[in-house]
Amino acid sequence: MIEPRADTFVPRQPSPRASAKGAMGILTAILESRTGQQLAANREWRLETALKPLLRDLKFDTIEALASAALRSPDIGDQVADALLNQESSFFRDAAVLDMVADAVEAMRTDHPHRRPRIWSAGCSFGQEPLSLAMLFGEREIGRDTQPPEIVATDVSEIALTRARSGRYSQFEIQRGLPVRRMVRWFETEGNEWVANPELVRRIAFRRMNLISDPLPIGRFDVILCRNVLLYLNAELRLKVFERFATVIRPGGVLVLGAGETVIGQTDAFRPSPRYRGLYEPAHGVP
Amino acid sequence: MFASVLTQGDFMKTCLVVDDSKVIRKVARHILETLNFQVSEACDGREALDSCLASAPDVILLDWNMPVMSGMDFLRALRDSSIPTRPKVVFCTTENGMAHIRAAIEAGADEYVMKPFDRETLESKLQIVGMA
Repeated sequence: MIEPRADTFVPRQPSPRASAKGAMGILTAILESRTGQQLAANREWRLETALKPLLRDLKFDTIEALASAALRSPDIGDQVADALLNQESSFFRDAAVLDMVADAVEAMRTDHPHRRPRIWSAGCSFGQEPLSLAMLFGEREIGRDTQPPEIVATDVSEIALTRARSGRYSQFEIQRGLPVRRMVRWFETEGNEWVANPELVRRIAFRRMNLISDPLPIGRFDVILCRNVLLYLNAELRLKVFERFATVIRPGGVLVLGAGETVIGQTDAFRPSPRYRGLYEPAHGVP
Repeated sequence: MFASVLTQGDFMKTCLVVDDSKVIRKVARHILETLNFQVSEACDGREALDSCLASAPDVILLDWNMPVMSGMDFLRALRDSSIPTRPKVVFCTTENGMAHIRAAIEAGADEYVMKPFDRETLESKLQIVGMA
């Protein structure tokens, strides 16, 4: 047997660090292909934390093993994408903005008394945003004599939607942004969980939807809320989503983005609303 | 010169932390100071009432179960007192049942934090009462 010389090429095993980095690349690519969302370099640190529960549940020892399985199994790929989505949310996030939305809906109701306002909460996560709106509409008695505004809530994650439909929140979740008086008015306790009034949950139609590729909800909307979702998309996909929103927003309707988001320099389909500061309206179309 | 000398403390909101647990007071103080509050402490309701009568804070973070005077007795005494201002009161307690929460609201509490809590929870509740 001839021993390889010292200068003979011998393929080496990748170092654990390099291998883990490759696996992370696969997993973030899976997230992007499923949802269009990109993980910014400064958020990569949260990958391992976000994937820990999945590693445990699927009994994988390493990120590399999970990445390998995710490439072979679409189901595991879906679970990876779900785990990596940032589902952080809270009740009444930017409460002043939601108050403005309720003002806009009341004004629409006055202008068009026979039309039921339609609201779309796009990227609703665990349901705090549509529930906050349902509470506001209930408290302001919007549509009490006829029908409350219709709320459609969508998210790309079926796991998030299952939670949202249940209307159940942990003690930590219920305390984020929800004033105590609203908490006692709209929720009951069940063991360690806080459960939303079923009547409130019934006012919301939850549906799974990928904002980039799935068919749009049928009909037109008076308000579209898409807060802190588009910041995870690249400019091209953001533009595509704005254009899709433009096809389903009613003339005179409003688009609501997150506090750090804007349409300016992103799309010509929307412009800042002269009526509601910080909100946007379709650039073309007569109400 | 007519201008008086103002220190940073003159612009800071004040919070009185009332809890018989030294650990909780320390944790709350740390969070509140990062939120730019000037913090004082009391370890029971009686001490807190004396403190408020001397100088009322902007907001009070209040435990329920304490020796000498409970948080609920303190709150009732505070709301019945002749203190010229109306400090915001945020209960901060392990009592997480609906009956306790309703009783606290009825007695004049402005907000309610169920322990354990973290920075985001406390900040969120202080925002709701207009203090953060």
